[in-house]
Parts: sequence; structure tokens; C-alpha cells
Amino acid sequence: MTRQEHPIAQVSQAALPEPFVKWFAERGWSPRAHQLELLGRAQAGKSVLLIAPTGAGKTLAGFLPTLTDLAVRSKRKPGEAHRGIHTLYISPLKALAVDIERNLGRPIAEMGLPISVETRTGDTPQHKRQRQKLVPPDVLLTTPEQLALLIAANDAQRFFKDLRYVIFDELHSLVTSKRGHLLALGLARLRKLRPELQTIGLSATVAEPEQLQKWLVPQNRDAALADLITVSGGAKPHITILDSEQRVPWAGHSARYAVEDVYRAIKEHRTTLLFVNTRSQAELLFQELWRVNEDALPIALHHGSLDVGQRRRVERAMAGNELRAIVATSTLDLGIDWGDVDLVVHVGAPKGASRLAQRIGRSNHRMDEPSRAILVPANRFEVLECRAALEANAVGAQDTPPLAVGALDVLAQHILGCACGAPFDADSLFNEVRSAEPYATLDRSTFDRVVDFVATGGYALKTYERYARIRQNKDGLWRVSNPRVAQQYRLNVGTIVEMPELNVRYVRQGRGGVSRGGAVLGKVEEYFAEALRPGDNFLFAGKILRFEGIRENECYVSNGSAAQIIVPSYAGGKFPLSTYLADGVRSLLSDPSRWNALPDQVSDWLRTQQEKSVLPGRGDLLVETFPRGDRHYMVCYPFEGRLAHQTLGMLLTRRLERAGARPLGFVATDYSLGVWALDDLGVRFKSRKPSLSELFDEDMLGDDLDAWLNESWMLKRMFRNCAVIAGLIEKKFPGQEKNGRQITVSADLIYDVLRAHEPDHILLQATRADAAAGLLDVRRLGDMLSRIRGRIVHKPLERISPLAVPVMLEIGKESVKGEANDTLLAEAATLIEEAMGPEEGSA
Amino acid sequence: MNEHAAHRRSFSGDIVVADNAAVCDPSGALYFPELGLLVVSDLHLEKGSSLARRGRLMPPYDTAATLLRLQSVLATYAPRIVLSLGDSFHDGEGAARLPAAFRVQLEALMLGREWIWVAGNHDPDVPADLPGSCVQEIAIAGLAFRHEPSRNAVPGEIAGHLHPCARIVQRGRSVRRRCFASDGARLIMPAFGAFTGSLNVMDHAYRGLFAWERFMAYMLGDRQVYPIASSLLRPG
Repeated sequence: MTRQEHPIAQVSQAALPEPFVKWFAERGWSPRAHQLELLGRAQAGKSVLLIAPTGAGKTLAGFLPTLTDLAVRSKRKPGEAHRGIHTLYISPLKALAVDIERNLGRPIAEMGLPISVETRTGDTPQHKRQRQKLVPPDVLLTTPEQLALLIAANDAQRFFKDLRYVIFDELHSLVTSKRGHLLALGLARLRKLRPELQTIGLSATVAEPEQLQKWLVPQNRDAALADLITVSGGAKPHITILDSEQRVPWAGHSARYAVEDVYRAIKEHRTTLLFVNTRSQAELLFQELWRVNEDALPIALHHGSLDVGQRRRVERAMAGNELRAIVATSTLDLGIDWGDVDLVVHVGAPKGASRLAQRIGRSNHRMDEPSRAILVPANRFEVLECRAALEANAVGAQDTPPLAVGALDVLAQHILGCACGAPFDADSLFNEVRSAEPYATLDRSTFDRVVDFVATGGYALKTYERYARIRQNKDGLWRVSNPRVAQQYRLNVGTIVEMPELNVRYVRQGRGGVSRGGAVLGKVEEYFAEALRPGDNFLFAGKILRFEGIRENECYVSNGSAAQIIVPSYAGGKFPLSTYLADGVRSLLSDPSRWNALPDQVSDWLRTQQEKSVLPGRGDLLVETFPRGDRHYMVCYPFEGRLAHQTLGMLLTRRLERAGARPLGFVATDYSLGVWALDDLGVRFKSRKPSLSELFDEDMLGDDLDAWLNESWMLKRMFRNCAVIAGLIEKKFPGQEKNGRQITVSADLIYDVLRAHEPDHILLQATRADAAAGLLDVRRLGDMLSRIRGRIVHKPLERISPLAVPVMLEIGKESVKGEANDTLLAEAATLIEEAMGPEEGSA
Repeated sequence: MNEHAAHRRSFSGDIVVADNAAVCDPSGALYFPELGLLVVSDLHLEKGSSLARRGRLMPPYDTAATLLRLQSVLATYAPRIVLSLGDSFHDGEGAARLPAAFRVQLEALMLGREWIWVAGNHDPDVPADLPGSCVQEIAIAGLAFRHEPSRNAVPGEIAGHLHPCARIVQRGRSVRRRCFASDGARLIMPAFGAFTGSLNVMDHAYRGLFAWERFMAYMLGDRQVYPIASSLLRPG
């Protein structure tokens, strides 16, 4: 393994064939040092990780070993069998594969190289797929899901027999999800078919490159990591925080106050890319920008829920430099070429230093020019977070999340896929699976339980032997018992489980259930549409829409009016702020000497807090208590993100309830948590009933957590994902969504039955593992509780403190959480009682 | 915001269907105190194994869960007559597949009371090898019990088959629950089985079955039944 830039001696070992030398020379270019270095190492038989910023010629570097190898390969003689795939390129996005096909086409054509390059994605027509199997291209550009399908085919051996390189683009983003787990298992399989294959990983800067170097090679105790080549970051980006004359709000996520400033910035630049965190923020910002767009600048909107045709039009306009600004969510995060962007505006909290760096990296494709970026915090705490992110960026700090242990539902899917491809031997498959990085620590008994799950459902009650999907034959090999099993597998492959969604379709007003309607604007989540009432107005696709009703899998809308917009509730839960930034914010709070870097109104806010209450030390947890109205409040400031805070809120109210403090509710933000009760919490903490150290004791993560988890709707949702990925329930396809609801078994019902009868079932185990890392952020909560042990600062107050205002403003904004379903029913029933008198109970 | 449940006057579950007093139990069973009659519908026993036969390896515990629920409601009301209103088994071979332990358990529940199996579309040949009497439909005290609701308005008809559920939206959140569906003249039972899905009462399938202006959905809560008027119901 090598960390430094390498001496020329090494570089010169790369053999660049003549046509390449000529091609570079004709264009007045010369190959960059890292491109040659990667080539040299690949030619020496090594696997390599290339970490480079956007614009460093990463793609060409990744493909140079392939192109040079194929350029000198002998021609296939007539009558000789077709060769298999030489290079497999895997990217997280279909669009990226298409983009690369275009970019590779040019050098290949200009040098006249005998190399065929093709894509294979979900959009590839059936006849082309079949032809690719018969006459494989030299280079195949594809996605992780397609790879899973290719290795589950019975001709995988032949298809991959000549495979030499596997290139992983945007590796940093591929590896952090279940998709990455499936991909790692796919790579292990490819290696089994072709032990000599070499990997090339292309990645943005990450916190721990060793993890990716390890990911790229088989997991043997003494195997060398993949070589590392790092291209340092070019010019430092020029980032500022918007210093608005306007008042920065206490709470909220809209950043409406800054729209005039943002519009001015757009006018002053050629092309501006505006990033926001959620779809609803994108819709709102877009709407607000057009409200002030006096010059009618071409400003467009782009997010993943829009109709695909609409998205492609925006992308083309962007690539053709026809737009002055584009408002986008993370759909544009990855490395697609976006024309001539000279400014990135990030609205809302950046949530992570690496995330911010990657987004800003979009703005400039010439790495020697600094990128320009403006951060627009939506509220006062976000000002602190932006400041912390800016400082992290200045020192090049990285906070990409660590890789997670391989998920068991993904493993189940993979095992079934292996059986679909060819009969497998359990011992040998176990070793193969352990050679994949996420599964390196998998133990044999868990593996066997997953195999058992794939075969018969893995139930203690052994009644399904005769219905087994895979069976062990006399030769000891496991085979699919029935061709239908393979068919089911192919329909359900992949790890991306979509929330049920409805098409948004135009109809004439008031004709909700009747007319067939017009154009489809995109998709919204079912749960969102279900909470709307006919006549409600909401923002979507840059338009104000009036909800008309739901019919089958369509959400009917008509043109709405600006007078009564309701904005979709903020789904801020997607990305909690990183631990690194959280620490940055705490450190900034605790050090008044650094406040002069903040806008005056924010530093004034902190100084007032210092006067009226206290500011927590960097490692401390501040807990304030105060009365307000007829209730008693407690606000604490862990800065661990909304998900962890929500979990904490649930657990604290349970404990307070047990202690008799009569808690009534709680509300969480990314930065703080507020709990309110009928009893005086300040008095209780002082008289140790309970004490704060008891209340925040780590043991809450034991029984209390289990008890709550079991009831939680969030866990049910996660279970559904695991059950779909593991192949217990089938994916829903368009059209079949609403049919026969009474015939299908919903995941909730399965969950309830399984929990009651087999709480240790492998799928429940997988679900709990997801909960710990995902929606509930239990792991992070645990780290926080252990960090603050003995460091809780209690500040009893007469009234609300300045720091507490943001979370207090959230009270009442949010709808009630899922546990209270029966309360809602009771309320609805009471409405009838009030309206019609108690007699109406009987019909 | 997460406020704890406020305590409110609660609905006892007492209703009147075609002049007969009945109790809607939150388990999904309907009890006629004057007749000593307990009605359950759409048990769909052995649905798990039925799906497993076709390659979907659902947990094999649905029969156990359904029988447990049945046992508990029988203990509460101690009915003289039990009527299972069709689709008692998920398929025609369900009764034959019933594991021995569950058969024993079921027969113990049947002991000492009259048990009537009504035929359903999933189990047209009612389980002949189990005790109890088997009928296509049956009339008791002016009430007509059959599996599939008839298309024409029939006062006093108690049916199942459709697996009714209802949905409300309150404070921006949607709640969907199984329900008894009734306009006072006829009633459709919720499905009782552990793996049974449900169909919204606003679906086309219910069209013409009820006098909508008098319609109530008795939605099943965790501990009680909630009467919800048609004006508050949402499709989907």
C-alpha cells in the first residue's frame, strides 16, 4: 500500500501503447501523472483505489488499463468463440452509465480502437440483453442490480470467463448502503468465477480510504489492500455563509428570508446550482425564486419525484447551458456532467463536511480554479452548523460514515441468486461470502440460519420442508427446487425498496373521482397523499396543486391557488448532521472568542443565552427546566440529529412516566429535544426523583428500548423493507398496487405474528440491526449517553431561554407520531358524539 | 408533537342490527347476547401454509394466532352457539393440512357448544371431517347469515367475504383499521384471521350494499371499537 504521490520511476513503468501516445500528442495533451500511475499498477497486476476530485480525469484514468489492454489484444479469428466481457464498469446511477458510454466513445473512435462498449440497465430492451449474452461487448457499463441478475444466470461462468477488470465508479457512495452489500457479494462471486480479476475503485475524498482499499480486495487475513492513489484537491473552494440584512429565523427550514439575496447571487453568476435537502424545500425555494424573478431568468427544478421526461428535459437544458439556475435535491449529487456551473448555493444545513465538499465539487470541472459556494442557513442553529462545516472544509476534514456490517436480508437475496445461477456447496459459499468486506466477520451459524431461511423460511416450526425453495441434494449441493423460484428471484432483485407511491395526475377541478384526467406530473408517497383532504393545496413540480382525491394508484390534482398553500411537512429525517459537525457546533458554542465569525444577530443570541442561562461546554449536556403556561418543560441539547433525539424523547417520556412525573409529550429537532410534563421537572431533578444521571442512564437502551421498539411503526416499516429484500414478500409493481388488498398479506400482519411466535427470527434480527443504524439511530444515541455520563449540567430557569426558543417553536407544528393511532380514532369518534349526541353510537 | 392519549368517554360496542342487539368486539367478533350467539368471519385458517405451497414462505403461525384470538373471545362471551361465517379455511385442503395440535385445540374450543360452519368461496366444501354442522347459509331470529353479501338490500343480513376496513385522517395522520360495516339494516363482518388483509368500505365492491347516509364504520381499536360516521371516512 502506498499513500504518497509516487516517484517518476514507478510512473515510467506504465506501458502506453503507441496510438495513445499519438492521440494525446495530437491534442496537445499529456497523460496526467495519476492516470499513468494507475495504469502502471494495474499492468503490474494490482487492484487500485483512485481518490480524486471532480475534473481530475478520473474516468479516463479508470478506463486506461482496459483501453490499453484491449488495444493490443489479438483479433478474434473467424470461427473462434466470442470472448466474454473484458471489463465491467459499475455505477450507482443508470444515467452515469449512459454518460460514460458517450465519454468513452470519443477516444475509442478517434484512435480507431477495436473495442465495443455497451450499457445494460433496467431500461435496456430484452432483445439487446439477449444479444449481449450471445455476443458480449468488451466493456459493459451497468448497475449493481444488473450485476446481481447477471451472476444469477446459468451462463454466468461463460459470460465472465475473460473478465479482467471491474471498475467501481463513485465507490464512496456505493459502499454505504445495502446496495453496497449486494455489490460486495456480487464481487465475491465474480472473483470465484475469475480469481485473477483486478478491481479499480474511483472515489471522492473519504474519511478512511483504508476501508475502501480493503473493500476492493478479498478478505483474507494477510491479503494486501488495494493500492491507493490520491490526487490532492486542486484549488480550495471559496465558501461563504450568506450574510443577509434580513432577520435569520429562530426555527423552520424554508430560508424564505434569504430569497432576495439568493436571487441577486443568481443574477451575478452565469449558472447557479442550488442544493436543498428535501423535495419540499426544493419546491418551496423554486416557488419563491419565481415570485421574485423579475427578469424571468430561466430557473428550473429537479428532484427524483418528478416525471422522468421532465427531468431529462431539465438535464439537457442544463448540459446545453440554457439555464441560469437549477434547484435540486440530492438526485444531482453524483458525478454527472453539469455544464458550466460557476456558483453553488447550498440552502439549509449541510449536515456533513464531506457531503458539502462533494456538492460544492459539482460547481467546477477545472480543478485548478477555485469553486465558489454560498451557504444559506435557514435558521439560527443552522448558522452554527454552516460555520462548523465551513471550518471543516477549510482544513479538509472528512466525515463520511463508516461502512456497516453486511445486512442479512441482502445475504438471503444473494444466496437465492447463487442457487438460481448454479447449485452451490454451503461450505464453499460461506467462504466466498466471507471474502466480501461487509461479511468478513459473519459466523457460520448465522450463515446457516440464512440458508435455512432461504430454503424454508427459517421457522422453528418445521412445517414447510415440502415447500422448500432450495433443496440440498444427495451430492450435498443446494439447488432451486423449481424454475418458478428463479423467476420470482429475478423480479425482486435489488435492495432499493420504494415507498408505495401514487402518480400525480391532472384532472379538472371538482372531478376527482370521475374524469380520467390529463398529464402525469410525477409521483408522491402514498402516506403523503393519504393525509390530504380534497381541496387542500400543496406544492409539487413547481406548481400549486389542489388535491382532488385518490383513485387506485393515482393522486388526482387540479390547479390550486396561492392563497391557501399548505407546504408538505418537512421530512428532515433523511440525513442527521454528522457526529463531526455536531462536535464542531458544540465547540463553537462553548468558545465565545470564535463568535465574531458569526452574523451579529446570531452572536447576540448566544450572548443573551450566556446572560439568561448558560452555554454548555464542548463535552457537556445542558438540561434546562422552566415552567410555561400550566406545564413544565425540560429542554436538552445533545446535537445528535433529529432521529437520535426522537428515540431519546420516546425513552425519556417512558422513564418520566414511570417516575410519576406525568410527561405529556416531546418534540425533537436536529439540535435539541424538548419534553413537557404536568409535574415540575426541575424540582424533581433536584430532589433526585429521578436524578438527571438516572434519567439519562445508558440502561434505557435495554428493556425500555426493546419495549418501545416492538410497538413502533417505524420498526414495522423497516421490517417491510427487510422482508421485501429477503424475498419473503414480493415487490409491488405499478398497476398491481391497489388490487386485491384483502388477499395480500401485509408486512404488518407478518411482523405481528412473527414477533409473537418467533422473536429471534432472522428477519427480525435484520430489522433490529437496521433500526440501530438507521431511522432510530440507536448507536449514535448510545455513544452520546456514554459521552455525557457525569457531564450533565442542569440549569433551572424561571422562563424559557434563548437557546430553547427554536425547539419550543416546533411544538404544535408537527403532527402526532404513529403510536397514537387509537387516540386519533377516539378523537374522530368524539367528533361524532359531540355533533350527534351519545345516542348515535347505536345504528 | 407527541401528546399522550386523553381519556374520553368510550363507546361500549353495543349496536342494533335489524332490531337485534349485538356487541361489536374489538377482536372482530360479533356477539348477540339474547341469542347466546357469537359470529366470526373469514378466519382463513392455514393461509400461511397455503401461500407457502406456492413459494411464499409466510410464518406458519397464523393458525395459532387466530385460534388464540378465538379462544380469548370465547372465554369472554361464553357463547352457546358459534357461527363461522365462511372462508374458515384459506383453501379446500386447509382442514386436512391443519397440524394435529391445532386440530385438538380447535376441537376443544368447539366442545360443549353448538358450532356452525357456513360455506365460503375459499372453502365451498365446508370441513366435513371436523365436528359442527355445515350449511350454505342459515337464518336465526330474523337474521340471515351468509358468506357473500347479496347484491340486493336484504334487511337483517349478516355477511363477511369483503374484509371491510375504514380509513380516517386526523391531525394530518391516516389511520386504517378493520371494521364492522353497517347501516343498521345489514352488517358486514371484519375478517378475523391473523393474515387477512382488508378492503376499504368506500371501494366499488360495496356499492349499493348500504344506505350510505345511515352508514357507520365500527373501527377496531386496540381495546375498544370506535363508531365512525361515513362523512369522516376516506377511500384508499
